[in-house]
Amino acid sequence: MEYTLDIARQSPGGKPWRQTFLVEDSGESSVSTILDSISSQVSLDAEGEPAEPVVWECGCLQGKCGACAMRINGVPRLACSAFLREFPKRRILVEPLGKFPVIKDLAVDRSGMFESLKQAKLWLEGEAFNSKFRHDACYQSAMCLMCGCCLDVCPNFMPDEEFFGAALAVNAYRILEQSEAKSIALEYKKRYWHTCGKSLSCDKVCPAKLPVEELMARANAIAIWGK
Amino acid sequence: MSPIVVLGAGLAGLSAAIEAAENGYEVTVVSPKPSERAQSVMAEGGMNAALGEGDSPKRHFEDTIKAGRFLADPEAVMGMANAAPGIARRLRSLGTMFNIRGDEMDLRAFGGQKTRRTVFAQSSTGKQIMSAVIQEARKYEFKGLIRRLSRHALSGLLLSGNGCTGCEVQDVYTGESLSLAGSVIAALGGMNGLFNRYTGSQDNTGAATAILFQSGASLANGEFIQYHPTTAAIPGKRILISEAARSEGGRLFCLKNGKPFYFMEEKDPELKNLAPRDVITREMAFLGEQAYLDLTPISNDAFRTRLSGTLEDCLTYLRLDPRKKPIPVEPGIHYFMGGLLVDIRHQTNVPGLYAAGECCYQYHGANRLGGNSLLGAIYGGIIAARSAMADGCPTGRGKVAFVQETQPTQDRLAMQNAMSSGLGPIRDKAGLERLVNTLERLDKSVPLLAKAIAISALNRKESRGAHCRSDFPNENSEIKNSVASANGREVLFSAREAANYGVHA
Repeated sequence: MEYTLDIARQSPGGKPWRQTFLVEDSGESSVSTILDSISSQVSLDAEGEPAEPVVWECGCLQGKCGACAMRINGVPRLACSAFLREFPKRRILVEPLGKFPVIKDLAVDRSGMFESLKQAKLWLEGEAFNSKFRHDACYQSAMCLMCGCCLDVCPNFMPDEEFFGAALAVNAYRILEQSEAKSIALEYKKRYWHTCGKSLSCDKVCPAKLPVEELMARANAIAIWGK
Repeated sequence: MSPIVVLGAGLAGLSAAIEAAENGYEVTVVSPKPSERAQSVMAEGGMNAALGEGDSPKRHFEDTIKAGRFLADPEAVMGMANAAPGIARRLRSLGTMFNIRGDEMDLRAFGGQKTRRTVFAQSSTGKQIMSAVIQEARKYEFKGLIRRLSRHALSGLLLSGNGCTGCEVQDVYTGESLSLAGSVIAALGGMNGLFNRYTGSQDNTGAATAILFQSGASLANGEFIQYHPTTAAIPGKRILISEAARSEGGRLFCLKNGKPFYFMEEKDPELKNLAPRDVITREMAFLGEQAYLDLTPISNDAFRTRLSGTLEDCLTYLRLDPRKKPIPVEPGIHYFMGGLLVDIRHQTNVPGLYAAGECCYQYHGANRLGGNSLLGAIYGGIIAARSAMADGCPTGRGKVAFVQETQPTQDRLAMQNAMSSGLGPIRDKAGLERLVNTLERLDKSVPLLAKAIAISALNRKESRGAHCRSDFPNENSEIKNSVASANGREVLFSAREAANYGVHA
């Protein structure tokens, strides 16, 4: 079957434009597999012109590293778990995440996310306090990929502002649970709780299928309500 | 206190960085991507530590040495086995969500070991450990002791007459260069990119290791490449079905006269489906039949609490429900036992340059035990950092020894295809000579590193661990390490008596 991929392209300082590629595939390939083959050799675009390799990030190709987050038909998700068969119209628009600065083509600068967890002082000062009743929730918290999909879809998140969205709340949860540091609760209020509008779009798009809403509710219970 | 540069932000790199920062050293961690993207997050089954009743570091040591076919340095392996219980407890105190039984870390049985010795977090142990270690490193980043240069890659090593005085790194997008002074710890991961299909990350291209090799660091035992017996091909890569699946009751079989033949249960009645990986892979290669991994005996509860990642991988990437149907599997490249030559202190043959984790050889000999890679990465990182701190940085004005070379795409594909066919699970002289000939025609540093591996395989005229030669089916009585070095565009090879000679059971 022939699939049409419209790929958003952009050079540093340049204007965004789109390039169309036609690919033959059974539908079993993921968008990552297609991007990999387009970008690892000189490919022809739909006009038959040789295309510059597409710049994008990928690592594990199996949903474990979060590198390949991008917008696919408008939805932020991992390219490695977006399979062509999911698109019956066989036309797929591939764009970079929209809330982060574009480095080139589909690669964006997510360094702000990592910086934000540092600013919020998300670490343990003493030994982790482990409760078997909280084990599953802490495990889920630590599965966060830091891919940025939750921030991309969040109506309240804007880059360079104090609010760090679900990525902060999900990761803050286990620290709140495992330590007694009051400072984390203050950071949590300032950088998450005051601004979250509870749209919960983050919960719907999380590619790791984390129980985002549950983790936020648990984090709120500790940081805000002192439970 | 001279500064330390760590190349790589995976588990070995962070382990080294934290050890140095705890001691007040300033560390720069250089990596093309943040730690969350490192291959370490893909590690599944667990980490070995002699914590069980009746178990001991000595027994862990013996199993490791035996599975590695007596090639690993016994002193180094004993050090790792001794440190393992403390490392597991430390990881738990850092917040790693290991599976718990009662109040203690649960242990699962893993390949090549008769004792339950593997701490685990479901089948996402690497990810869970990394989350805890990343947050510990974050503390030192905030304090300014760990500086991160994410988006950067090694472009050249700075060498003075006394050794390595630092390195040059480049922004992977802008190409902008930076010169970093200090001792250098390479924690670069395996050389996946030399081959065309593997279970690991695409980011582990081997390019940085190739720069170090061409700059004078030697490669040891490169021919030992672990083919994990249970992998499945998907478009563009292989995915791993964790050894944990067999630990929880999975059985391997192939069809014989239309009926399941549980070949490992016949071959090794004691360890059965948990024989060492090289043994199972070889058995599968010799059988030459499609093998299946039957996970249907595993309870839904075990899938939910101990194998949730494996279940998810099968459903998403294989579109197969392993609770209902056996999984077709075949051996696939999973780990490099060989790598940069290091001494027991993790120093390479270049003073001031250290290596830890999968990019160096040391603990796994001819075949790695499941559960020893996470451990080797953490322990190796600690030792490398301690050595760098104790030695200080070599003096003198360093010059870039060798500049990174970009490999044309056509050459890369030719190299990957040749390596994959010449260095399969079963090798022979003719195939390896063909491979060397193909690589001779390719220029640049990465094919030179590939050639070093091929020449090591050609010179190892025996079958040992993961290196199986159809033309030399037996183990030699003399145990030797392969050491390859670059001399311009040539590879110099020598076989050196292994340090463990005499430990042979």
